[in-house]
Amino acid sequence: MTELKNINVKENTVGSQVTTKDSPIIQTNKEVVFEAKNFNLWYGDNHALQDINLTFHENDINAIIGPSGCGKSTFVKSMNRMTELVPIVRTEGSIDFRGDDIFTSGMSVEELRTRVGMVFQKPNPFPKSIYDNVAYGPRVHGIKKKSILDEVVEKSLRGASIWDEVKDRLNDNAYGLSGGQQQRICIARTLAVEPEVILMDEPTSALDPISTTKIEDLMQEIKKDYSIIIVTHNMQQAARVSDRTSFFYQGYVVESDDTKVIFENPSDKRTEDYVSGRFG
Amino acid sequence: MSNNNIREQIVKNTRNKSNMFERIIPIILLLITFVSVVATIGILYTLISQSFEFFSRVPITDFLTSTTWQPYVGDGEWGIWALIMGTMKIVVIAAIIAIPIGLGAAIYLSEYATDRVRRIIKPILEILAGIPTVVYGFFAINFVNPILQSIYDGFGLYNAVSAGLVVGIMIIPMIASLSEDAMSSVPQAMREGSLGMGATRLETAFRVVVPAAFSGIIASFVLAISRAIGETMIVSIAAGSTPNASFDVTEPLQTMTGFIVQITSGDAAFGTNLYYSLFAVGMSLFVMTLIMNIISAWLTKRFREEY
Repeated sequence: MTELKNINVKENTVGSQVTTKDSPIIQTNKEVVFEAKNFNLWYGDNHALQDINLTFHENDINAIIGPSGCGKSTFVKSMNRMTELVPIVRTEGSIDFRGDDIFTSGMSVEELRTRVGMVFQKPNPFPKSIYDNVAYGPRVHGIKKKSILDEVVEKSLRGASIWDEVKDRLNDNAYGLSGGQQQRICIARTLAVEPEVILMDEPTSALDPISTTKIEDLMQEIKKDYSIIIVTHNMQQAARVSDRTSFFYQGYVVESDDTKVIFENPSDKRTEDYVSGRFG
Repeated sequence: MSNNNIREQIVKNTRNKSNMFERIIPIILLLITFVSVVATIGILYTLISQSFEFFSRVPITDFLTSTTWQPYVGDGEWGIWALIMGTMKIVVIAAIIAIPIGLGAAIYLSEYATDRVRRIIKPILEILAGIPTVVYGFFAINFVNPILQSIYDGFGLYNAVSAGLVVGIMIIPMIASLSEDAMSSVPQAMREGSLGMGATRLETAFRVVVPAAFSGIIASFVLAISRAIGETMIVSIAAGSTPNASFDVTEPLQTMTGFIVQITSGDAAFGTNLYYSLFAVGMSLFVMTLIMNIISAWLTKRFREEY
């Protein structure tokens, strides 16, 4: 137990003293998948992320919450280096994925993004058939055999709880589906390359409540095989689905702890104000 | 001024607004639209009626099956294939040059180039489109052809390759610019979806962006090839005026457009076979571009990825 507490103590972050005494330590024997160390990011002159220190464990659902513009999306996009698509971005510090810094370890950005998948805010299926959408990743990574692809497509669509809805129209354009279905196709597409971590950037913000519930249920089902890091605007969602929650504010991590602690007994005043709806 | 006052004024103005204008404008716009419709119908009518006259003199079977075009010998021999082959040689050579280069440039500009590079290169590319074709013509004969001849001395002064190459260069900007527009309008989210799965930029370009922009890209090909089919000045200057149906690209040739220029600028007396042949050739040109458009419509429908 003491050893495990040490892990948690290390997670204490700027502006907060996380108390873990009262909280059940769930992630005791879980391996660390991601660890940000003094991570900083600038968009031009705008210092968007400041000294981020955070640890994420295997098979956890980690929620990242905070008001608009706090850097939560930017942080998640840094974890699979999608921020590099913006030319003016500059970073300092490190983010370790399974112990190796994603920026300097020599792991190619393609390998990183294959192992760390991403689901975006707005459903963004390709304008191809449902089948081709899900088979896209495996095909890009050199899997050509029809029988294997068939299997992957079915497994991924089942994994994303949408198989029964689309199994009779796999050759239809994915754009003919509803927004919630499209988003589950995108999750299936991500599952198809069997990543180790799935980053979700407000995956339900464009969806109706029923679709949202389906995706939240889905997250609970797949967390046994994947580590999930989800950015959400919706505090109830964070409270419902996540094991751990980190609160971002103005580019800092204010507090990061078990979700229960963040919502019931936060140690920072700002966290308390935010989760109780006083601002944001 | 109080709010009330503004409200009153607006109400007053709304009531005063005459409905005449609203009713007349669509009629005027309709008439304007008719100008192009009437022009099209007029041109088609002339082409078809005069072609009929031609085919009453020369059997259409000879026209469509013979490969000899000799308008000056006796009653003339009127095998359109000699001219069609001339046009096809130019178009195929031009397409072989322009499609890969134009598409490559479009992919570079939309998928790789930074904003700054794009802002500099695209206008330069579009300047190419503004060069008069007569300039391209002597570029072909004075610059390109000597180079060709130094590589292989079988090339004559007039040949299909120099003209075809230069027609290709002329249509590159059209393909590059229109394809780039089509690819740039593919939502960034689609690229992110692909890149986010570990696809490279190249894989993303070819597997996601190009298919999504396919209808726009095909449209650019068709426009450019139609332009090549209709191109007159370059081929008149650099390709010669010897109709021949061979596949030999080192020989002089004559295209359909080249023939029309030659005859209209010369001495086709009204009522002769030669005079009416112009319309038959013009009709053939029209049919060729029509077929191009039908093919493109089919391709677009068949392969379009709608989003």
